Amino acid sequence: MLKKISKILSVIMVATVVSLSLGGCTTGSSSDEKVVNLFTWANYVPDSVIKDFEKQTGIKVNYSNFSTNEEMLAKIQATKGSQYDVIICADYMVQLMSKQKNILMQPINKADIPNYKNIDTAYLSQYYDEDNKYSIPYSLGSEMIVYNPDKIKKDIKGINDLWDPSLKDSEVLLEDPRSVIGMALTKLGYSINETDTKKLEQAKDELEKLRPNVKVFDADTPHNSLINGDTSIGVMWGSQASAALKGNPNLKIVYPEEGMQFEEDNFIVPVKAPHEKNAEKFINFLLDGKESAEITKNIEYINVNTAAKKYMSQDLLNNKAVYVPQEEFGKAKHLEDVGIATKDYDSIWSEFKAYEEK
Amino acid sequence: MESKILKRLSNAYILFVFAFLYIPIVIIIVYSFNSTKSNVVWGGFTLDWYKTLFSDDNVITALKNSLIIAIISTFISAVVGTVGAVGFDRYNFKGKGVISLLIYIPIVIPEIIMGISLLVFFSALQMNFGIATLVLAHTTFCIPFVLINVKARLSGFDRFVEEAAMDLGASKFTVFRTITLPIIFPAVISGAMLAFALSLDDVIINFFVSGPESTTLPIKIFSMLRFGLSPEINALSTIMLLTTFVVLIASQVIKTNKNN
Repeated sequence: MLKKISKILSVIMVATVVSLSLGGCTTGSSSDEKVVNLFTWANYVPDSVIKDFEKQTGIKVNYSNFSTNEEMLAKIQATKGSQYDVIICADYMVQLMSKQKNILMQPINKADIPNYKNIDTAYLSQYYDEDNKYSIPYSLGSEMIVYNPDKIKKDIKGINDLWDPSLKDSEVLLEDPRSVIGMALTKLGYSINETDTKKLEQAKDELEKLRPNVKVFDADTPHNSLINGDTSIGVMWGSQASAALKGNPNLKIVYPEEGMQFEEDNFIVPVKAPHEKNAEKFINFLLDGKESAEITKNIEYINVNTAAKKYMSQDLLNNKAVYVPQEEFGKAKHLEDVGIATKDYDSIWSEFKAYEEK
Repeated sequence: MESKILKRLSNAYILFVFAFLYIPIVIIIVYSFNSTKSNVVWGGFTLDWYKTLFSDDNVITALKNSLIIAIISTFISAVVGTVGAVGFDRYNFKGKGVISLLIYIPIVIPEIIMGISLLVFFSALQMNFGIATLVLAHTTFCIPFVLINVKARLSGFDRFVEEAAMDLGASKFTVFRTITLPIIFPAVISGAMLAFALSLDDVIINFFVSGPESTTLPIKIFSMLRFGLSPEINALSTIMLLTTFVVLIASQVIKTNKNN
């Protein structure tokens, strides 16, 4: 009796598993479905903008998240560029993806995106995609210096000043090898994408001199130590600088005179996007001046849209962390893939960090 | 005298352990009511972060997905795990030793490896990533927890009770339903609760096997960190904690009712 029941049970179970998996296969969506699958960091596209888009077009947005560009890449490789319609990711990732054998992105048809004309040409034709064949800029992040003038009397102008002995044990830096080693390379007058071993060796020596000044490493919340007074000067991303100023309005933002490091985030469309037309509509909607201003107000990243300026509040335009003048972008430095030199960067970084225990 | 000191010491020890475990959680909850957008400076009490959360459709969807996946995979793993444990306890078969070792694999292998292997497996099968793949993945790593729990309970089980019932003419199935199951039920429930908690808070495997329509709450929280810690994340974490506590309390209530 029990044997019979267990047999029946196991058959039912196998059937459930099979039907579940087949169900998974057959729900493949057709292209005229009113859906667009968005894949990017959580809250990077504000909820209010998504609701506006859904209301105006009747297209439902499925918003899913990753936390690093590399995670996203793994997912796109495994699904061979299907499933997702619009991805927003960093510049170096676009470059990395375009170097691969089977390109997982598809060329974006600008004719279907009339608002493409709103993008400031300064931000187009960058090193990672010279003709913007696969990518359209969404927003920018940049690294800037924030300091507390109540505690630091010296006039801070750039990266060079971080080596000043008077700043002993008072700095917060991003916990990010490329950012910190890039600072040493900048001080030496080299490119932040240097691969020459000798020059990297020099950078390592420079970092050893910087080490006594560094108190905190923090990638996600460097502004906290500035606000609570643990540190009095730091290097951080614009949105973090903005958060720092909200916590303590006396803090001052400085654009390093050597030029800032920028990261440009871009829209891309995977090669087998199931709802390609909706993806174009979505990108077009986000490039509209009014929506773009709303996005900037929420995420506090640098705006790349010329049509957005007239919708932006005076507060936002005066916020040095969010509104960076274009000439700064002219001196910008961009992080590129350094290939096998990555190993050198890693070893410099671990030695630099290990120094802290001495 | 000596015992008094010992008692005080042991009380202090317990206090210390609990403080260590719960203070971070309490801080998370307290700062979810903070009116400034920082985890350092207290600016006053507010419920704004909860309002923002509940007007954000993405959060509601993520919470719904997390709960659906956790409930379905808990149920399946409870059934499969219990049946498996009974099988292990009652029958001898070839390769039993090897299989009972293999059961531990989902527990001991690093999550990242399990995530990647499931990703490769599902994409080789050309399955669409979504709730179905998530439920399958979660069931896979939840079954061992139920199975091991139930197996432990069964090994301290008085078989004579069952034999007595059979002597009195009960069929094997009736015995299982009316005697075996009620006795092992607390173990099934506690295994299932463990499974539920594991399923609810998984991030790594979730990321690899989720699809465009199935972002779960932990993935969302992790991804929100790009913009730094904000009270919104605290509020979300508080909601997740509450969900887990409610389930835990419910399971305790079921257990005590059963025992009475």
